[in-house]
Amino acid sequence: MNAELTIKSAIHETLPTVFGYLGIGIAFGLVGHAAGLSPLMIFLMSAIIYGGSAQFITVSLLAAGSPILSIVAATFLINSRMILLSLTIAPYFKRKSLADNIFIGTLLTDESFALGMNKLNYTAGELNFPWLNTANLIAYLTWVSASLIGGLLGNFIQNPERFGLDFAIVAMFIGLLYLQVIADKSLNYLLQITVIAVTLVLTYLGMIIIPSSLLVLVVTIIGCLLGVSLKKIWPQTH
Amino acid sequence: MSTFNYTILTILGCGLVTWLSRVLPFVLLKKFSLSETVLEYLNFVPIVIMSALWFSSLFTQHLGHLPTINWPNLIASGPTLLSAILSKNLLVIVIVGVVSLGLIRLIIGA
Repeated sequence: MNAELTIKSAIHETLPTVFGYLGIGIAFGLVGHAAGLSPLMIFLMSAIIYGGSAQFITVSLLAAGSPILSIVAATFLINSRMILLSLTIAPYFKRKSLADNIFIGTLLTDESFALGMNKLNYTAGELNFPWLNTANLIAYLTWVSASLIGGLLGNFIQNPERFGLDFAIVAMFIGLLYLQVIADKSLNYLLQITVIAVTLVLTYLGMIIIPSSLLVLVVTIIGCLLGVSLKKIWPQTH
Repeated sequence: MSTFNYTILTILGCGLVTWLSRVLPFVLLKKFSLSETVLEYLNFVPIVIMSALWFSSLFTQHLGHLPTINWPNLIASGPTLLSAILSKNLLVIVIVGVVSLGLIRLIIGA
């Protein structure tokens, strides 16, 4: 990454993540096909819901014939971490027009969020519309077309799990997490490692009582609270 | 209701709520500002949320009981993290991750 906030630098910096989204998008299309959805419906789900891993839950509930309202509620809850991501990144666009803000928000995703947060470490805390919008558009187009490809490939591929494609998104988060930790100068390195360890414990313990649809959200809310508290008592060495 | 209408209505409903989760914070923060305390809190969101997404894939949930370890995902995380440290390149990291899990599943025959 560099300090340039241009469309060109955004393309250059987003392209490596395309493979992660391709993998999970194709996996989603295959799962949708296996659940009996047509390629058109798979395409529409990815284009309209744009919920990443949340869509896997939507599909399984659809296949089970659950009531519409309960599917909508479940999808909202799983995807509600996006509220936190939007809250975190929105202040960088405060001076932009409302239309720009709505457009950025509409296509924001975990991946462009993480890239944006990473980018801040190189740009002295600046983000702009062309850069993030390009990262958003690439992620969106990749997700939608990969889902469609997966839906069409569904006729030929049985048992998609054996290719390990479902791990693409996890691998991407591991990579983005590592890159964030080594690039973020605003938080002490050891403090970050401690917060990650705390998150591991929270995730493990949380699984006992928190339904999977809410797990990531609840763990994030509590993890950040503990992070702030730890920072307050952390020895000031930097 | 036909299956077609049921599916379309579900997609539109889900689309509306996921869109609102992404867009409303942007619209509200045009009008309001966040306090220093909240900004400090949000500063932790990136690492915590990415860790949570990773760690939640390392266990299998059994509500009311301790989760069990998802060994294939845990083992695949090793080479993935190592490739992150060595390459610092997302493309490499994702390929190493997918190939690792694919190989593990091939070996254990799952």
